[in-house]
Amino acid sequence: MDFLRPGTWEEALAAKAEHPSAVPLAGGTDVMVEINFDHRRPEYLLDLNRIGDLYEWETGERDVRLGASVPYTRIMEHLRGPLPGLALAAHTVGSPQIRNRGSVGGNLGAASPAGDSHPALLAAGAEVEAESVRGTRLIPVERFYTGVKRNALEPDELIRAVRIRKADGPQQFAKVGTRNAMVIAVCAFGLALHPEARAVRTGIGSAAPTPLRARAAEEFLDAALAEGGFWDSGRDLPPSLARQFAELAAGACNPIDDVRGSARYRRHAVGVMARRTLGWAWDTYRGSERTTRCA
Amino acid sequence: MRVNVTVNGRLREADDVWEGESLLYVLRERLGLPGSKNACEQGECGSCTVRLDGELVCACLVAAGQAEGREVVTVEGLAELAARRAGGSAPAGEERGEEGPPGAGLSPVQRAFVDAGAVQCGFCTPGLLVAADDLLARVPDPSDADIREALSGNLCRCTGYEKILDAVRLAAARAGETV
Repeated sequence: MDFLRPGTWEEALAAKAEHPSAVPLAGGTDVMVEINFDHRRPEYLLDLNRIGDLYEWETGERDVRLGASVPYTRIMEHLRGPLPGLALAAHTVGSPQIRNRGSVGGNLGAASPAGDSHPALLAAGAEVEAESVRGTRLIPVERFYTGVKRNALEPDELIRAVRIRKADGPQQFAKVGTRNAMVIAVCAFGLALHPEARAVRTGIGSAAPTPLRARAAEEFLDAALAEGGFWDSGRDLPPSLARQFAELAAGACNPIDDVRGSARYRRHAVGVMARRTLGWAWDTYRGSERTTRCA
Repeated sequence: MRVNVTVNGRLREADDVWEGESLLYVLRERLGLPGSKNACEQGECGSCTVRLDGELVCACLVAAGQAEGREVVTVEGLAELAARRAGGSAPAGEERGEEGPPGAGLSPVQRAFVDAGAVQCGFCTPGLLVAADDLLARVPDPSDADIREALSGNLCRCTGYEKILDAVRLAAARAGETV
Protein backbone atom coordinates (compact mmCIF):
# COMPACT_ATOMS: atom_id res chain seq x y z
CA MET A 1 0.00 0.00 0.00
CA ASP A 2 1.16 3.52 -0.77
CA PHE A 3 0.13 6.59 1.17
CA LEU A 4 -0.24 9.57 -1.16
CA ARG A 5 -0.20 12.94 0.54
CA PRO A 6 -0.96 15.75 -1.90
CA GLY A 7 -0.53 19.24 -0.50
CA THR A 8 -2.79 20.97 -3.00
CA TRP A 9 -5.97 20.19 -4.93
CA GLU A 10 -4.04 20.17 -8.23
CA GLU A 11 -1.63 17.60 -6.81
CA ALA A 12 -4.57 15.50 -5.62
CA LEU A 13 -6.15 15.52 -9.10
CA ALA A 14 -2.81 14.60 -10.67
CA ALA A 15 -2.37 11.73 -8.20
CA LYS A 16 -5.88 10.44 -8.91
CA ALA A 17 -5.24 10.63 -12.65
CA GLU A 18 -2.00 8.70 -12.28
CA HIS A 19 -3.48 6.14 -9.85
CA PRO A 20 -7.21 5.80 -10.59
CA SER A 21 -7.48 2.94 -8.08
CA ALA A 22 -6.41 5.26 -5.24
CA VAL A 23 -9.01 5.45 -2.48
CA PRO A 24 -9.64 9.02 -1.29
CA LEU A 25 -9.35 9.35 2.49
CA ALA A 26 -10.69 12.36 4.38
CA GLY A 27 -12.38 11.80 7.76
CA GLY A 28 -11.76 8.06 7.60
CA THR A 29 -15.09 7.22 9.21
CA ASP A 30 -15.92 4.76 6.41
CA VAL A 31 -12.59 3.95 4.75
CA MET A 32 -10.64 3.27 7.94
CA VAL A 33 -13.35 0.91 9.20
CA GLU A 34 -12.96 -1.15 6.03
CA ILE A 35 -9.18 -1.19 6.40
CA ASN A 36 -9.30 -2.01 10.12
CA PHE A 37 -11.56 -4.97 9.38
CA ASP A 38 -9.48 -6.14 6.42
CA HIS A 39 -12.42 -5.68 4.07
CA ARG A 40 -10.35 -3.52 1.82
CA ARG A 41 -6.67 -3.32 0.93
CA PRO A 42 -6.35 -0.46 -1.52
CA GLU A 43 -3.16 -0.15 -3.48
CA TYR A 44 -3.08 3.57 -2.75
CA LEU A 45 -4.61 5.72 -0.05
CA LEU A 46 -5.07 9.33 -1.15
CA ASP A 47 -5.05 11.51 1.97
CA LEU A 48 -7.06 14.70 1.42
CA ASN A 49 -6.57 16.16 4.92
CA ARG A 50 -3.87 18.57 3.82
CA ILE A 51 -5.99 20.32 1.22
CA GLY A 52 -7.39 23.36 2.98
CA ASP A 53 -9.76 24.30 0.12
CA LEU A 54 -11.86 21.23 0.85
CA TYR A 55 -12.62 22.52 4.35
CA GLU A 56 -14.04 25.85 3.20
CA TRP A 57 -17.48 26.96 2.08
CA GLU A 58 -18.84 29.96 0.24
CA THR A 59 -22.36 31.30 0.42
CA GLY A 60 -23.46 32.74 -2.91
CA GLU A 61 -26.69 34.20 -4.31
CA ARG A 62 -28.34 30.87 -4.96
CA ASP A 63 -26.12 28.16 -3.48
CA VAL A 64 -23.83 27.26 -0.68
CA ARG A 65 -20.70 25.76 -2.21
CA LEU A 66 -19.72 23.33 0.50
CA GLY A 67 -16.16 21.97 0.36
CA ALA A 68 -16.15 18.19 0.23
CA SER A 69 -14.37 17.73 3.57
CA VAL A 70 -16.25 20.30 5.70
CA PRO A 71 -17.07 18.29 8.83
CA TYR A 72 -20.66 17.90 10.01
CA THR A 73 -19.76 19.83 13.18
CA ARG A 74 -19.04 22.96 11.09
CA ILE A 75 -22.32 22.55 9.18
CA MET A 76 -24.22 22.45 12.47
CA GLU A 77 -22.36 25.49 13.80
CA HIS A 78 -22.30 27.73 10.74
CA LEU A 79 -24.80 26.68 8.08
CA ARG A 80 -28.05 26.18 9.98
CA GLY A 81 -29.53 29.27 8.31
CA PRO A 82 -28.99 28.55 4.60
CA LEU A 83 -29.01 24.73 4.95
CA PRO A 84 -31.48 23.87 7.73
CA GLY A 85 -32.30 20.37 6.46
CA LEU A 86 -28.65 19.38 6.13
CA ALA A 87 -27.88 20.85 9.57
CA LEU A 88 -30.65 18.71 11.09
CA ALA A 89 -29.30 15.64 9.32
CA ALA A 90 -25.76 16.48 10.46
CA HIS A 91 -26.98 16.42 14.07
CA THR A 92 -27.98 12.77 13.70
CA VAL A 93 -24.62 11.61 12.33
CA GLY A 94 -22.72 9.26 14.68
CA SER A 95 -21.28 11.06 17.68
CA PRO A 96 -19.28 14.23 18.32
CA GLN A 97 -16.09 12.35 17.41
CA ILE A 98 -17.57 11.20 14.10
CA ARG A 99 -19.11 14.60 13.28
CA ASN A 100 -15.71 16.23 13.78
CA ARG A 101 -14.27 14.09 10.96
CA GLY A 102 -17.12 12.96 8.71
CA SER A 103 -18.23 15.12 5.78
CA VAL A 104 -20.83 15.34 3.01
CA GLY A 105 -18.10 14.61 0.45
CA GLY A 106 -17.40 11.35 2.26
CA ASN A 107 -21.10 10.49 2.40
CA LEU A 108 -21.33 11.02 -1.38
CA GLY A 109 -18.13 9.12 -2.09
CA ALA A 110 -19.34 6.13 -0.07
CA ALA A 111 -22.84 6.45 -1.61
CA SER A 112 -24.39 4.21 1.01
CA PRO A 113 -28.20 4.34 0.77
CA ALA A 114 -28.14 4.96 4.54
CA GLY A 115 -25.91 8.07 4.41
CA ASP A 116 -27.57 10.77 6.54
CA SER A 117 -26.90 13.74 4.29
CA HIS A 118 -28.53 12.29 1.14
CA PRO A 119 -32.21 12.96 1.98
CA ALA A 120 -31.38 16.55 2.90
CA LEU A 121 -29.41 17.12 -0.33
CA LEU A 122 -32.21 15.62 -2.44
CA ALA A 123 -34.86 17.74 -0.75
CA ALA A 124 -32.91 21.01 -0.90
CA GLY A 125 -31.62 20.47 -4.45
CA ALA A 126 -27.90 20.07 -5.02
CA GLU A 127 -25.19 19.38 -7.56
CA VAL A 128 -22.00 17.46 -6.96
CA GLU A 129 -18.92 19.21 -8.29
CA ALA A 130 -16.77 16.40 -9.68
CA GLU A 131 -13.31 17.32 -10.89
CA SER A 132 -10.43 15.63 -12.66
CA VAL A 133 -7.38 16.81 -14.60
CA ARG A 134 -9.77 16.77 -17.59
CA GLY A 135 -12.06 19.38 -16.08
CA THR A 136 -15.06 19.96 -13.83
CA ARG A 137 -18.62 18.74 -14.21
CA LEU A 138 -21.73 19.32 -12.14
CA ILE A 139 -23.82 16.22 -11.44
CA PRO A 140 -27.36 16.73 -10.12
CA VAL A 141 -27.45 14.83 -6.85
CA GLU A 142 -30.40 12.64 -7.90
CA ARG A 143 -28.27 11.34 -10.77
CA PHE A 144 -25.18 10.90 -8.62
CA TYR A 145 -26.37 7.74 -6.85
CA THR A 146 -26.19 4.88 -9.33
CA GLY A 147 -26.51 1.79 -7.12
CA VAL A 148 -25.80 0.41 -3.67
CA LYS A 149 -22.55 2.14 -2.69
CA ARG A 150 -22.03 3.22 -6.30
CA ASN A 151 -21.87 6.73 -7.66
CA ALA A 152 -21.43 8.53 -10.95
CA LEU A 153 -17.77 9.46 -10.45
CA GLU A 154 -15.27 8.46 -13.11
CA PRO A 155 -12.15 6.67 -11.82
CA ASP A 156 -10.01 9.80 -12.19
CA GLU A 157 -12.51 12.15 -10.56
CA LEU A 158 -12.63 13.52 -7.03
CA ILE A 159 -15.44 15.42 -5.29
CA ARG A 160 -14.38 19.04 -4.91
CA ALA A 161 -17.58 20.45 -3.42
CA VAL A 162 -21.35 20.20 -3.28
CA ARG A 163 -23.46 23.11 -4.45
CA ILE A 164 -26.58 23.10 -2.31
CA ARG A 165 -29.55 25.39 -2.93
CA LYS A 166 -30.05 27.88 -0.08
CA ALA A 167 -33.34 27.34 1.72
CA ASP A 168 -36.20 29.67 0.74
CA GLY A 169 -38.62 27.90 3.08
CA PRO A 170 -38.80 25.48 5.99
CA GLN A 171 -36.94 22.16 5.79
CA GLN A 172 -37.22 19.06 7.94
CA PHE A 173 -35.38 15.80 8.47
CA ALA A 174 -36.38 12.64 10.34
CA LYS A 175 -34.53 9.39 10.91
CA VAL A 176 -35.51 6.09 12.52
CA GLY A 177 -33.00 4.20 14.65
CA THR A 178 -32.65 2.43 17.96
CA ARG A 179 -31.19 5.39 19.83
CA ASN A 180 -30.32 9.02 19.19
CA ALA A 181 -26.57 8.61 18.76
CA MET A 182 -24.38 6.23 16.80
CA VAL A 183 -27.18 4.94 14.62
CA ILE A 184 -27.09 3.87 11.00
CA ALA A 185 -30.50 4.89 9.72
CA VAL A 186 -33.15 2.18 9.51
CA CYS A 187 -34.69 4.72 7.18
CA ALA A 188 -34.73 8.50 6.90
CA PHE A 189 -36.76 11.25 5.24
CA GLY A 190 -35.97 14.81 4.22
CA LEU A 191 -38.49 17.42 3.14
CA ALA A 192 -38.08 20.97 1.87
CA LEU A 193 -40.75 23.53 1.05
CA HIS A 194 -39.75 25.84 -1.79
CA PRO A 195 -42.32 28.65 -1.57
CA GLU A 196 -40.70 30.69 -4.37
CA ALA A 197 -41.12 27.84 -6.83
CA ARG A 198 -44.28 26.68 -5.06
CA ALA A 199 -42.82 23.22 -4.91
CA VAL A 200 -42.13 20.54 -2.34
CA ARG A 201 -39.09 18.28 -2.60
CA THR A 202 -38.30 15.12 -0.70
CA GLY A 203 -35.50 12.66 -0.09
CA ILE A 204 -35.74 9.09 1.12
CA GLY A 205 -32.77 7.37 2.78
CA SER A 206 -32.10 3.70 3.44
CA ALA A 207 -35.33 2.41 1.90
CA ALA A 208 -34.15 1.58 -1.63
CA PRO A 209 -30.84 0.63 -3.31
CA THR A 210 -30.06 4.34 -3.61
CA PRO A 211 -31.27 7.51 -1.90
CA LEU A 212 -34.14 8.87 -3.98
CA ARG A 213 -36.88 11.48 -4.26
CA ALA A 214 -40.51 10.51 -3.80
CA ARG A 215 -41.47 12.03 -7.14
CA ALA A 216 -45.12 10.94 -7.24
CA ALA A 217 -45.64 12.27 -3.72
CA GLU A 218 -44.03 15.59 -4.67
CA GLU A 219 -46.14 15.95 -7.82
CA PHE A 220 -49.34 15.11 -5.97
CA LEU A 221 -48.60 17.64 -3.25
CA ASP A 222 -47.51 20.39 -5.66
CA ALA A 223 -50.79 20.03 -7.54
CA ALA A 224 -52.93 19.80 -4.41
CA LEU A 225 -51.30 22.85 -2.79
CA ALA A 226 -51.73 24.90 -5.98
CA GLU A 227 -55.29 23.80 -6.52
CA GLY A 228 -56.34 24.55 -2.96
CA GLY A 229 -54.52 27.90 -2.92
CA PHE A 230 -52.64 26.77 0.17
CA TRP A 231 -49.42 28.67 -0.56
CA ASP A 232 -51.34 31.97 -0.46
CA SER A 233 -53.88 31.20 2.23
CA GLY A 234 -51.41 29.44 4.55
CA ARG A 235 -54.35 27.34 5.68
CA ASP A 236 -54.01 24.14 7.64
CA LEU A 237 -53.51 21.11 5.39
CA PRO A 238 -56.43 18.65 5.46
CA PRO A 239 -55.47 15.30 7.05
CA SER A 240 -56.57 13.44 3.90
CA LEU A 241 -54.01 15.35 1.87
CA ALA A 242 -51.18 14.57 4.30
CA ARG A 243 -52.28 10.95 4.36
CA GLN A 244 -52.17 10.60 0.61
CA PHE A 245 -48.76 12.29 0.49
CA ALA A 246 -47.54 9.78 3.08
CA GLU A 247 -48.90 6.82 1.13
CA LEU A 248 -47.23 7.99 -2.06
CA ALA A 249 -43.93 8.51 -0.22
CA ALA A 250 -44.13 4.98 1.20
CA GLY A 251 -44.90 3.74 -2.29
CA ALA A 252 -41.67 5.25 -3.64
CA CYS A 253 -39.64 2.93 -1.41
CA ASN A 254 -38.06 -0.27 -2.61
CA PRO A 255 -36.65 -1.54 0.67
CA ILE A 256 -35.04 -4.79 1.77
CA ASP A 257 -35.24 -6.86 4.94
CA ASP A 258 -31.98 -6.67 6.85
CA VAL A 259 -30.62 -6.66 10.39
CA ARG A 260 -31.73 -3.09 10.97
CA GLY A 261 -35.36 -3.52 9.93
CA SER A 262 -37.81 -5.27 7.67
CA ALA A 263 -38.91 -3.95 4.30
CA ARG A 264 -42.47 -3.67 5.56
CA TYR A 265 -41.42 -1.64 8.59
CA ARG A 266 -39.28 0.68 6.48
CA ARG A 267 -42.12 1.38 4.07
CA HIS A 268 -44.48 2.12 6.95
CA ALA A 269 -41.95 4.30 8.76
CA VAL A 270 -41.18 6.36 5.65
CA GLY A 271 -44.91 7.12 5.34
CA VAL A 272 -45.07 8.22 8.97
CA MET A 273 -41.98 10.42 8.60
CA ALA A 274 -43.33 11.95 5.38
CA ARG A 275 -46.57 12.93 7.12
CA ARG A 276 -44.81 14.30 10.20
CA THR A 277 -42.12 16.27 8.39
CA LEU A 278 -44.77 17.80 6.13
CA GLY A 279 -46.79 18.80 9.19
CA TRP A 280 -43.79 20.37 10.94
CA ALA A 281 -42.61 22.22 7.86
CA TRP A 282 -46.10 23.46 6.97
CA ASP A 283 -46.66 24.72 10.52
CA THR A 284 -43.46 26.74 10.25
CA TYR A 285 -44.50 28.05 6.83
CA ARG A 286 -47.93 29.06 8.12
CA GLY A 287 -46.29 30.78 11.07
CA SER A 288 -44.04 32.81 8.81
CA GLU A 289 -46.91 33.57 6.43
CA ARG A 290 -49.05 34.89 9.27
CA THR A 291 -46.20 37.04 10.53
CA THR A 292 -45.55 38.47 7.08
CA ARG A 293 -49.18 39.24 6.46
CA CYS A 294 -49.76 40.85 9.86
CA ALA A 295 -46.67 43.00 9.41
CA MET B 1 6.85 4.85 6.38
CA ARG B 2 7.97 7.19 9.13
CA VAL B 3 5.46 9.33 11.03
CA ASN B 4 6.38 12.41 13.05
CA VAL B 5 3.71 13.54 15.45
CA THR B 6 3.60 15.70 18.55
CA VAL B 7 2.01 13.69 21.34
CA ASN B 8 1.22 15.35 24.65
CA GLY B 9 3.60 18.17 23.85
CA ARG B 10 6.56 16.04 22.76
CA LEU B 11 7.69 15.45 19.21
CA ARG B 12 7.67 11.71 18.59
CA GLU B 13 8.82 9.60 15.70
CA ALA B 14 7.40 6.23 14.69
CA ASP B 15 9.21 4.05 12.17
CA ASP B 16 8.09 1.18 9.94
CA VAL B 17 4.50 2.33 10.11
CA TRP B 18 2.26 0.42 7.70
CA GLU B 19 0.37 2.78 5.36
CA GLY B 20 -3.03 1.47 6.43
CA GLU B 21 -2.23 1.66 10.11
CA SER B 22 -4.36 3.74 12.46
CA LEU B 23 -3.15 6.50 14.76
CA LEU B 24 -4.44 4.33 17.61
CA TYR B 25 -2.07 1.50 16.71
CA VAL B 26 0.86 3.91 16.51
CA LEU B 27 0.05 5.39 19.92
CA ARG B 28 -0.38 2.05 21.64
CA GLU B 29 2.08 -0.26 19.93
CA ARG B 30 4.80 2.04 18.67
CA LEU B 31 4.89 4.94 21.11
CA GLY B 32 4.14 3.06 24.33
CA LEU B 33 0.97 4.98 25.17
CA PRO B 34 -1.63 2.29 25.98
CA GLY B 35 -4.08 4.69 27.67
CA SER B 36 -6.22 5.01 24.52
CA LYS B 37 -8.05 1.71 24.31
CA ASN B 38 -8.63 -0.49 21.29
CA ALA B 39 -12.07 -2.05 21.11
CA CYS B 40 -14.49 -1.69 18.21
CA GLU B 41 -12.11 -0.27 15.57
CA GLN B 42 -15.10 1.34 13.84
CA GLY B 43 -15.76 4.54 15.78
CA GLU B 44 -18.70 3.13 17.72
CA CYS B 45 -17.32 2.88 21.24
CA GLY B 46 -15.19 5.99 21.76
CA SER B 47 -12.63 4.20 23.93
CA CYS B 48 -9.80 5.41 21.66
CA THR B 49 -10.91 9.07 21.85
CA VAL B 50 -8.03 11.57 21.61
CA ARG B 51 -7.60 15.17 20.51
CA LEU B 52 -6.13 15.74 17.07
CA ASP B 53 -5.13 19.39 16.61
CA GLY B 54 -7.60 20.13 19.41
CA GLU B 55 -10.55 18.24 17.85
CA LEU B 56 -12.10 15.24 19.54
CA VAL B 57 -11.64 12.19 17.27
CA CYS B 58 -11.57 8.40 17.35
CA ALA B 59 -7.89 7.49 16.94
CA CYS B 60 -8.89 4.20 15.29
CA LEU B 61 -10.36 6.12 12.32
CA VAL B 62 -7.37 8.40 11.73
CA ALA B 63 -4.74 6.93 9.43
CA ALA B 64 -1.31 7.25 11.00
CA GLY B 65 -0.08 9.22 7.99
CA GLN B 66 -2.85 11.76 8.49
CA ALA B 67 -1.37 12.60 11.91
CA GLU B 68 2.00 13.57 10.37
CA GLY B 69 3.04 16.96 11.74
CA ARG B 70 -0.09 17.26 13.87
CA GLU B 71 -0.66 17.50 17.61
CA VAL B 72 -2.26 14.72 19.56
CA VAL B 73 -3.37 14.76 23.19
CA THR B 74 -4.14 11.42 24.80
CA VAL B 75 -5.46 10.58 28.26
CA GLU B 76 -1.83 10.42 29.39
CA GLY B 77 -1.51 14.14 28.63
CA LEU B 78 -4.75 15.34 30.26
CA ALA B 79 -3.15 16.45 33.53
CA GLU B 80 -0.55 18.49 31.73
CA LEU B 81 -3.15 19.97 29.39
CA ALA B 82 -5.28 20.98 32.38
CA ALA B 83 -2.28 22.55 34.08
CA ARG B 84 -1.39 24.49 30.95
CA ARG B 85 -4.98 25.67 30.57
CA ALA B 86 -5.00 26.87 34.18
CA GLY B 87 -1.87 28.89 33.40
CA GLY B 88 0.21 26.83 35.81
CA SER B 89 3.70 25.68 35.01
CA ALA B 90 3.39 22.29 33.45
CA PRO B 91 6.41 20.04 33.69
CA ALA B 92 8.63 20.45 30.67
CA GLY B 93 8.35 17.62 28.16
CA GLU B 94 12.03 16.75 28.24
CA GLU B 95 12.14 16.34 31.99
CA ARG B 96 9.40 13.81 32.36
CA GLY B 97 8.75 10.26 31.32
CA GLU B 98 6.66 9.34 28.34
CA GLU B 99 3.50 8.79 30.30
CA GLY B 100 3.76 11.82 32.54
CA PRO B 101 5.44 12.00 35.91
CA PRO B 102 3.97 9.53 38.41
CA GLY B 103 3.52 12.20 41.06
CA ALA B 104 2.04 14.81 38.77
CA GLY B 105 -1.44 14.04 40.01
CA LEU B 106 -4.62 14.04 38.05
CA SER B 107 -6.47 16.56 35.97
CA PRO B 108 -9.67 17.92 37.58
CA VAL B 109 -11.80 15.65 35.39
CA GLN B 110 -9.77 12.60 36.36
CA ARG B 111 -10.01 13.57 40.05
CA ALA B 112 -13.79 13.93 39.73
CA PHE B 113 -14.12 10.47 38.13
CA VAL B 114 -12.19 8.95 41.04
CA ASP B 115 -14.16 10.84 43.67
CA ALA B 116 -17.55 10.09 42.10
CA GLY B 117 -16.74 6.39 41.69
CA ALA B 118 -17.24 6.71 37.95
CA VAL B 119 -14.80 3.92 37.16
CA GLN B 120 -15.85 0.29 37.07
CA CYS B 121 -13.77 -1.99 34.85
CA GLY B 122 -12.02 1.14 33.58
CA PHE B 123 -11.84 0.24 29.92
CA CYS B 124 -14.04 3.09 28.69
CA THR B 125 -12.60 5.56 31.20
CA PRO B 126 -9.76 7.07 29.11
CA GLY B 127 -12.08 7.88 26.22
CA LEU B 128 -14.72 9.30 28.52
CA LEU B 129 -12.11 11.43 30.30
CA VAL B 130 -10.88 12.95 27.05
CA ALA B 131 -14.47 13.57 25.87
CA ALA B 132 -15.56 15.02 29.24
CA ASP B 133 -12.48 17.23 29.37
CA ASP B 134 -13.30 18.55 25.89
CA LEU B 135 -16.90 19.30 26.93
CA LEU B 136 -15.88 21.20 30.07
CA ALA B 137 -13.30 23.21 28.14
CA ARG B 138 -16.03 24.33 25.72
CA VAL B 139 -19.04 24.47 28.08
CA PRO B 140 -18.01 25.20 31.67
CA ASP B 141 -21.51 24.76 33.09
CA PRO B 142 -23.13 22.03 30.98
CA SER B 143 -26.75 20.92 31.30
CA ASP B 144 -27.53 17.23 31.61
CA ALA B 145 -28.53 17.26 27.95
CA ASP B 146 -25.15 18.79 27.04
CA ILE B 147 -23.34 16.07 28.98
CA ARG B 148 -25.36 13.26 27.41
CA GLU B 149 -24.80 14.67 23.94
CA ALA B 150 -21.07 15.17 24.50
CA LEU B 151 -20.62 11.61 25.81
CA SER B 152 -22.97 9.96 23.32
CA GLY B 153 -20.05 8.52 21.35
CA ASN B 154 -18.56 6.72 24.36
CA LEU B 155 -19.93 3.37 25.46
CA CYS B 156 -19.58 1.91 28.97
CA ARG B 157 -20.27 -1.82 28.90
CA CYS B 158 -20.50 -1.86 32.70
CA THR B 159 -23.41 0.59 32.17
CA GLY B 160 -21.96 2.91 34.80
CA TYR B 161 -23.43 5.99 33.18
CA GLU B 162 -25.09 7.54 36.25
CA LYS B 163 -21.80 7.85 38.11
CA ILE B 164 -20.10 9.10 34.98
CA LEU B 165 -22.71 11.87 34.68
CA ASP B 166 -22.19 12.59 38.40
CA ALA B 167 -18.45 12.90 37.81
CA VAL B 168 -18.86 15.41 34.99
CA ARG B 169 -21.30 17.47 37.08
CA LEU B 170 -18.83 17.32 39.99
CA ALA B 171 -15.93 18.49 37.82
CA ALA B 172 -18.05 21.36 36.47
CA ALA B 173 -19.21 22.36 39.97
CA ARG B 174 -15.65 22.35 41.32
CA ALA B 175 -14.40 24.44 38.41
CA GLY B 176 -17.25 26.89 39.09
CA GLU B 177 -16.26 27.22 42.74
CA THR B 178 -12.67 28.12 41.99
CA VAL B 179 -13.65 30.96 39.65
